[in-house]
Amino acid sequence: MSLLSTQNMSVSLGGHVALRNVDFAISAGEIVTVVGPNGSGKSTLLKALIGAVRASEGKVTRKPGLRIGYVPQRLHIDPTLPLTVRRFLSLPHKRAEDDIAFALARVGASDLDDKQMYSLSGGQFQRVLLARALLEKPEILILDEPTTGLDQPGSAALYSLIEDLRRETGAAVLMVSHELHVVMSASDRVVCLNGHVCCHGAPDIVASAPEYRALFGTGTHGALALYRHDHDHSHEVDDHEGCTHA
Amino acid sequence: MLDDFLLRATLAGIGVALAAAPLGCFVVWRRMAYFGDATSHAAILGVALSLALSMSVFTGALAVALIMALTVSALSGRGYAMDTLLGVMAHSALAIGLVAVSFLQGVRIDLMGYLFGDILAVSKSDLAVIWTGAGLVILFMLWRWSALLTATLNVDLAMASGIDPKREQLILTLCLAVVVAVAIKVVGVLLIVALLIIPAAAARPLARTPESMAMIAAAIGGLSAILGLRMSLIYDTPAGPSIVCVAAGLFAFSLIVGRLRVPSV
Repeated sequence: MSLLSTQNMSVSLGGHVALRNVDFAISAGEIVTVVGPNGSGKSTLLKALIGAVRASEGKVTRKPGLRIGYVPQRLHIDPTLPLTVRRFLSLPHKRAEDDIAFALARVGASDLDDKQMYSLSGGQFQRVLLARALLEKPEILILDEPTTGLDQPGSAALYSLIEDLRRETGAAVLMVSHELHVVMSASDRVVCLNGHVCCHGAPDIVASAPEYRALFGTGTHGALALYRHDHDHSHEVDDHEGCTHA
Repeated sequence: MLDDFLLRATLAGIGVALAAAPLGCFVVWRRMAYFGDATSHAAILGVALSLALSMSVFTGALAVALIMALTVSALSGRGYAMDTLLGVMAHSALAIGLVAVSFLQGVRIDLMGYLFGDILAVSKSDLAVIWTGAGLVILFMLWRWSALLTATLNVDLAMASGIDPKREQLILTLCLAVVVAVAIKVVGVLLIVALLIIPAAAARPLARTPESMAMIAAAIGGLSAILGLRMSLIYDTPAGPSIVCVAAGLFAFSLIVGRLRVPSV
């Protein structure tokens, strides 16, 4: 049984249709990555899955009692709000000191527990967010562009941490990412989104799909697409209008 | 023992300060200062209505403050330029209220008393109303504290934890209207927001957690009420503004202390 799924789901935000007729499912232990251009509805899909936005049509099905560890894309903490890392991890549910120490240690952030949230660097902040998600004892981790603002080594380290956590806890991982080379090597499945599901499947299948190449491959002459598919001399696709409109 | 007017005034000031402290922290964290202005300035219209309909000033002010707060809260989700809109509403409400008061015939009212408070005239029944309102706000704040804090931090994070940010916003709105209604007698509609914001802002450099900030703000607010009343008595200055002056002094002091200490990182 899948942990989370949508059936023919559409989402409207302020009168604008952000997602149309999305069928999506993720099962226990899977790593699924959502890719797509800016404004393609990637974050909206995650928000609909966690229940932060409502489906205007179709529905979202969640396994009863599903524990979700959610890492939002941006979390601006106002400097007027004094908040230590330890206090942040106990919001909204009170956590035991030991659990907090364990979660921080697991993400390599033990030394941060007494620091103020607004003083953390980008990488430290992401690790703390990940620790907070781990405290849910999640069956699924949902991460919205977890490496935004990190440099190359920083994001590589974060991705390998996410993969380790999946292996240890058996939690499924659903994430939005821009870093296609990482996505392709680390994901079980990739969903390519552009207001609707353009294509989905195993990474190499998606990478060679005409819809995917229309979004990432041809416009940039392969710079964004997977390097190992550069030699695939498939024709410049012209039958994927479905993917080029928003 | 409540026969002493100064004791009643002090208790009234402390009551309002205790309720305003945690709420004021949220006003600061969520950047709702203008929202507070609009709500409290609208209360003068409530005062006019209460006098015209001969009902209690508290009821009228609470009703109008509530309507204003709910209106502003509903508009805020719809992409208006909020600072402009709030500025328009705050000052229009004040002006309309002042005009409405002038229409009241046969009633001689002390307008200054409603604009700047009349804490030395607090009666026993006023005190009961103030402490009931303040107690309710404090209970609400304690009950919803974690949820309010999470919703303030990030809407999506709150949703993922099963917290409805709209409901938390509504709770803050209700509490704000209650504090405005009970604080009119103490500092008047023009200075209510000062009592919300200044103690919270003064507490910020001294606090490391949200809870300590709220508690330090309560202490600063209570101290301002006590010292402000003393100052008013000694120098014969207006009581409400004196309380705010002391709070402002404590704010400046706390800023300096905060600077001198090692940055709290």
